Amino acid sequence: MTAAAPSPDVPATGGAHVLLAARGITKRFGGVQALSDVGFTINHGEIYGLIGPNGAGKTSLFNVLTGIYAPDGGEFVFDGNPLMNMKPNEVARRGIARTFQNIRLFGNLSALENVMIGRHVRTRAGVVGAIVRNAATRAEERAIHERAYELLEYVGVAAHANRFAKHLAYGDQRRLEIARALATEPKLLALDEPAAGMNATETASLKRLLAAIRGDGVTILLIEHDMKLVMSICDRVLVLDYGKKIAEGSAADVQKDPKVIAAYLGGEISLELPAR
Amino acid sequence: MPGLIDARHRKRLAWAGVVVVAIVLAILPFALAQVGTAWVRITNTAILYVFLALGLNIVVGFAGLLDLGYIAFYAVGAYVYALLASPHFNLHLPFWIILPIGAALACVFGVLLGTPTLKLRGDYLAIVTLGFGEIIRIFLNNLARPVNITNGPQGIAQIDPVRIGDINFATTQQVLGVAVTGPIKYYYLLLLLMIAVVAINVRLQDSRIGRAWEAVREDEVAARAMGINTRNIKLLAFAMGASFGGVAGGMFSAIQGFISPESFGLVESVMVLAMVVLGGMGNVWGVILGAILLSFVPEILRYTVEPAQKAIFGRLLLEPEVIRMLLFGFALVLMMLFRPAGIVPSSVRKRELESRRA
Amino acid sequence: MDTFLQQIINGLTLGSVYAIVALGYTMVYGIIQLINFAHGEVVMIGAMVAYSTIVALSGGTGLPPALVLASGVAAAIPVCMAVGYALERVAYRPLRHAPRLAPLITAIGLSIILQHLALIVWSRNPLPYPQIIATVTYQITATAGGATITNVQIAIIGGSLATMALLLFLVYRTKLGIAMRAVAQNQQVAGLMGIDINRVISLTFVIGAGLAAIAGVMVGSYYGIAHYQMGFILGLKAFSAAVLGGIGNLGGAMLGGLLLGIIEALGAGYVGDLTNLCNLSGWSTALAQRCAVDSNLTLFGSNYQDVFAFLVLIAVLVFRPSGLLGERVSDRA
Repeated sequence: MTAAAPSPDVPATGGAHVLLAARGITKRFGGVQALSDVGFTINHGEIYGLIGPNGAGKTSLFNVLTGIYAPDGGEFVFDGNPLMNMKPNEVARRGIARTFQNIRLFGNLSALENVMIGRHVRTRAGVVGAIVRNAATRAEERAIHERAYELLEYVGVAAHANRFAKHLAYGDQRRLEIARALATEPKLLALDEPAAGMNATETASLKRLLAAIRGDGVTILLIEHDMKLVMSICDRVLVLDYGKKIAEGSAADVQKDPKVIAAYLGGEISLELPAR
Repeated sequence: MPGLIDARHRKRLAWAGVVVVAIVLAILPFALAQVGTAWVRITNTAILYVFLALGLNIVVGFAGLLDLGYIAFYAVGAYVYALLASPHFNLHLPFWIILPIGAALACVFGVLLGTPTLKLRGDYLAIVTLGFGEIIRIFLNNLARPVNITNGPQGIAQIDPVRIGDINFATTQQVLGVAVTGPIKYYYLLLLLMIAVVAINVRLQDSRIGRAWEAVREDEVAARAMGINTRNIKLLAFAMGASFGGVAGGMFSAIQGFISPESFGLVESVMVLAMVVLGGMGNVWGVILGAILLSFVPEILRYTVEPAQKAIFGRLLLEPEVIRMLLFGFALVLMMLFRPAGIVPSSVRKRELESRRA
Repeated sequence: MDTFLQQIINGLTLGSVYAIVALGYTMVYGIIQLINFAHGEVVMIGAMVAYSTIVALSGGTGLPPALVLASGVAAAIPVCMAVGYALERVAYRPLRHAPRLAPLITAIGLSIILQHLALIVWSRNPLPYPQIIATVTYQITATAGGATITNVQIAIIGGSLATMALLLFLVYRTKLGIAMRAVAQNQQVAGLMGIDINRVISLTFVIGAGLAAIAGVMVGSYYGIAHYQMGFILGLKAFSAAVLGGIGNLGGAMLGGLLLGIIEALGAGYVGDLTNLCNLSGWSTALAQRCAVDSNLTLFGSNYQDVFAFLVLIAVLVFRPSGLLGERVSDRA
């Protein structure tokens, strides 16, 4: 276990180009050290990869970042403000939206409604507005509807707008989850294994989607097991192993790192080195 | 063949439907009065149940919170009315002041119960609300000593009827040569209230708040990650459901003229729940149908099964009350096992079926 | 001090019944994380079946009273087991993967159905349990008029201890017990290890129902009556006891049951006096005058006994949802 002292190489507060800075993030579950002293920075507009063997603590880091777990130590600074002791809904309001490793859509609602719910945090209508349906509420409702439909088109699920989310094909569900997250107008979009279970064609189109999202100015934090995807799209990559950061840097640098290779070869899956 | 009917035509048809329903609802009490005033009263009770079921639908159907003590809020509303408009404390406030007080107090109770318990998992919430319902009933039964507040098991009698200006809802009046009885007057008042409640339900469901409720029902973790303050949104559902219960309770007091703790037992909670389940949780029109069915069928059974049993067996084997309860029990079990979405498909389901055909 | 001792004895008696019923809740919860709402009705059915058996056998058959009582228990157990089995098959198994609300709602429906079937079979009225064994009261303090214990109370406390010991043996020392614990830990893996999960779950319900039958006879004998609605409040209290001890935990259910019994008995014994406004007579002359006429100005008397269990339940769920011996129950991701 590393000492709780902050890592010196990570700036405590973000500079102009830093969107998210993490310092000394630590999380224990009983006797298990899920995360120890993890620090990193994500810059505006980049696609930042988070990789590591199974059980390395990637999803734990996601859950701590998005407020589902409270960290035992360390802090996040997001967009210039500290992000501490916040509930998941407050984190979302601040501008971090996420998807889930095991898809968590609102199954018995339509695809469109799923995305409309994503607009909740950026809209205002309350009970009174809903009941009297004044002009402002009607306008807002129209805007929610239009924006949700646009987002469905954006991710390519518009054809299924009125179908129950649970009845969509697997790849479409993944895309729908991304659309729902985008509906919250995030500054940082955190994706937990979006390509899991996808075939090569679907992965290729996901890659185009991620590039488009980045092109529209949204920073992306990407947990992914598909090394080909990570290495081809991520600007920088953070490698976790046993809850510790073992490498951070450009995709090309990271995959040459002997510690990373050792972690993967000693782990459960092998690192597929993409032919450049 | 919907393609042959253009949009304008369809709209005209819809309006025609609304007009027909309105006319039927308007003349219904007079038609029923021909059969017997009892049926007007039964209809009024059915409307009260629609009211209650729609209130519970917000909690159970929209937000997915199983509230088994819902009738407690009904009791709060009923007792507020009874205490503020009866000789018991010699207070006689008008109903338009009492109903909001009852709704507000029920709402306060809802928040008091919800605040500590809404973070619990659904089945715990169910059992805590069940306990809460019992606690309220025990208090109503015992708050006759040392200071007589509720008059205990004897209940409160001689509750004032609703009065609006010169119209006393307990008496018969001649209007344009037609005798309008008390129950018929209440029918129209209840109908107005019910239309308001239905409109509120429909509009809430199709709103930002309604979607947030449904999100919480479907997946609380995901809802939170989408920025929904799940605690507040659940509390809101609880409070709204409770206030509906409070208003319904007030009307119940006024119509009955007498209330006692006996009217607010677990059985009543289960009955309202059965209505919501039968109609399809979260489906406003289904719930209305469920409430109407479960209000009328037992009464129809009462008038048919009782004489039938006497004719066949010479005596009463099954009391109608028992049949009614068995009916509720089976409704709950069979619906959950075979048609969990309710007897009528919800609008989302319909839209989905349409888009599939397209 | 004698009142205190007396209330402890009464509490232990009631508490050991709660403990046995609570075990039924906790076993089912431990294995499939489901609250068996209809469990209280199984207790009621047990009390009713035993009632009928005892009435039938005590009418001039000349059997010794102890044997009549034992026959009552022996008749109640298989009937309750059958009911428990049927509950699981009809209401819970088809809904094992349905949303959480679904099995809760069917369970409530089944409670109502069982209650009213019992009403049809037995009666709407409370049934007086025949006093086939004469109650013997033993003085346990030196002073006359002090705390006492009856043979019925001794039998209930002793009987529940024996039942609990048997259950613990079953769960921790037999092959079935291992299978039950394995299924509770991880159903899929247990299945892969060749355990018939459905059979284990069924047996869990059946064992819980057997316990409920015993509890039903105890309650019937203790209060001297059986009623078709007796299971509802009893079930709620036993559930509260299970939560107090930590649901899913056998030891917790036993501890919670006994504690709840004692809390209730002490509450019934003391809260009335504690909340008597006449205690405040020194503060107000008006109150003193009133108390001179009627010294009973109790705010919460023993008629609020049923409230204590719920207050305990709510307090536990709010302040320590894991109960005294259990794990956390509120879901946070």
